Amino acid sequence: MSTLYDFALRMGDNTLILGHRVSEWCGHAPVLEEDIALANTALDLIGQTQLWLGLAAEEEGSGKTADDLAFLRDAWEFRNALLCELPNGDFGRTLMRQYLFDEWHLLMLKALQGSSEKRVSDIADKAVKEVSYHVERSRDTVIGLGDGTAESHKRMQEALDYLYPYVGELFTPDAVDTAAAEAGLAPDLASLRAPYDEALAATMAEATLSLPDSRFAHKGGRTGKMHTEHLGHILTQMQWLQRAYPGAAW
Amino acid sequence: MYAQMVKSTGAGVKSREEMSAEEAAFQDRIDADIKIEPKDWMPEGYRKTLIRQIGQHAHSEIVGQLPEGNWITRAPTLERKAILLAKVQDEAGHGLYLYAAAETLGVSRDELTEQLLDGRMKYSSIFNYPTLNWADIGAVGWLVDGAAIMNQVPLQRTSYGPYSRAMIRICKEESFHQRQGYDIMMKMAQGTEAQKKMAQDALNRLWYPSLMMFGPSDKDSVHSAQSMAWKIKMDSNDELRQKFVDQTVPQAEYLGLTVPDENLKWNEEKGGYDFSEPDWDEFFDVLQGNGPCNVDRMEKRNAAWDNGAWVREGLMAHAEKRAVLKTAAE
Repeated sequence: MSTLYDFALRMGDNTLILGHRVSEWCGHAPVLEEDIALANTALDLIGQTQLWLGLAAEEEGSGKTADDLAFLRDAWEFRNALLCELPNGDFGRTLMRQYLFDEWHLLMLKALQGSSEKRVSDIADKAVKEVSYHVERSRDTVIGLGDGTAESHKRMQEALDYLYPYVGELFTPDAVDTAAAEAGLAPDLASLRAPYDEALAATMAEATLSLPDSRFAHKGGRTGKMHTEHLGHILTQMQWLQRAYPGAAW
Repeated sequence: MYAQMVKSTGAGVKSREEMSAEEAAFQDRIDADIKIEPKDWMPEGYRKTLIRQIGQHAHSEIVGQLPEGNWITRAPTLERKAILLAKVQDEAGHGLYLYAAAETLGVSRDELTEQLLDGRMKYSSIFNYPTLNWADIGAVGWLVDGAAIMNQVPLQRTSYGPYSRAMIRICKEESFHQRQGYDIMMKMAQGTEAQKKMAQDALNRLWYPSLMMFGPSDKDSVHSAQSMAWKIKMDSNDELRQKFVDQTVPQAEYLGLTVPDENLKWNEEKGGYDFSEPDWDEFFDVLQGNGPCNVDRMEKRNAAWDNGAWVREGLMAHAEKRAVLKTAAE
């Protein structure tokens, strides 16, 4: 399969799986405005999924649709970063996960606006507007809760400690990333790390939270080599109707 | 209808002779279709009844997120998932406008929320029924939003300005939801045998609960007269129910589905359908807390509120720190 296919799949699986996770909050948020914001974030991510997986399906060339890719692949064929599939935990963990992803996502999309592939830069142009808002909100919430009460501070620090080992994977290139960078399709992944670290340091300082010293990174989601146990459970819900009633139109 | 059996003053409608000068002037404005605004004088009963009605409607939007949210993670296509997310987000938004409208009457959103959570305030009976198969999401849009629109379209002309303006916005979105719901039903009804079964099953379960949304028959509805005189209720329960049945039956026929009522028959003379009344004992059971999902719904809402306390407190504490810093800098 082409580099463009692999690349679009990774982007689309990130937004699909994270969008699914965020959508689990529907109706359960701490305050009405957050219910609206979470639904809105999930909606943006699912909309972006339609574009990325649509592109992957087009590139795959056998007449598959974005829905086929979302609903008819098994866990080992998913290419999302592990961060996206981790359970929601409490509201703090959900927003910390969102923030850690959003900062990466925004840097990535900004770089993709200059992609040599027009179909990629078109998606990035659209998504970057939505994601600029996502990062603004998740950053504000991380700061507000980090620098809130003793309890909210403690919970946010725990969330950061739990999630930070899943950040490194976002910046660890493999052969697909190298080929994409060489073709001008996508940026060199590693080059996004410095601006990311800078943004994180500023946010965490304001949030009075400490970034873990260890740069240890769990890996295996983006290559599909080893997902967490959680992904299979997401798929059993997400894909149930399509699997139980094959061939039906919805 | 998202507000049912809203208690009015209980004292009956005052005659002109019984009204004070203020009350008479107030009633004159209502009769002349001049909107009442938050700073205008209003009878205490009007204010209280409106708080109950708007609050109940707002709570219904909030609790109503749960039966629909139940299918977001299982929506069968990306497009259906996006549409459902947008819809549930709209419902939360409706809750927000309505709480804001209620706040203009001097009650805070937190006070109303506490009354919902400890059971002092109600929400629509319909949301105590479960969504069991995907066609339920279609049927909720088609029937439940359809019934809600039937009630809310006239409420756009209600006497209280902020409520009327909230209704105008809400109605626009609700009619979009109803079309989306019907679109799901069309797909299911034209689909495989299994999908047709889901569609019929959804209609079988949701038909009577939808009829209940309009509230008990007019002859048993003790609070309607005053609310109608104040124009915070525009049509009677039975009129709206009849309209709903007349509109919905041909839609069900078009889908090839059977309305679960053996007595359903076109009545040429009245120019509408004859139909069976829902089981009102069941309705009162649901209002008493004994519907299939009451306990579960309230448990979820309470859990969301309790588990979110640290978040609300954290964000408030942060905002206060910021305010102190700002004051110090000035």
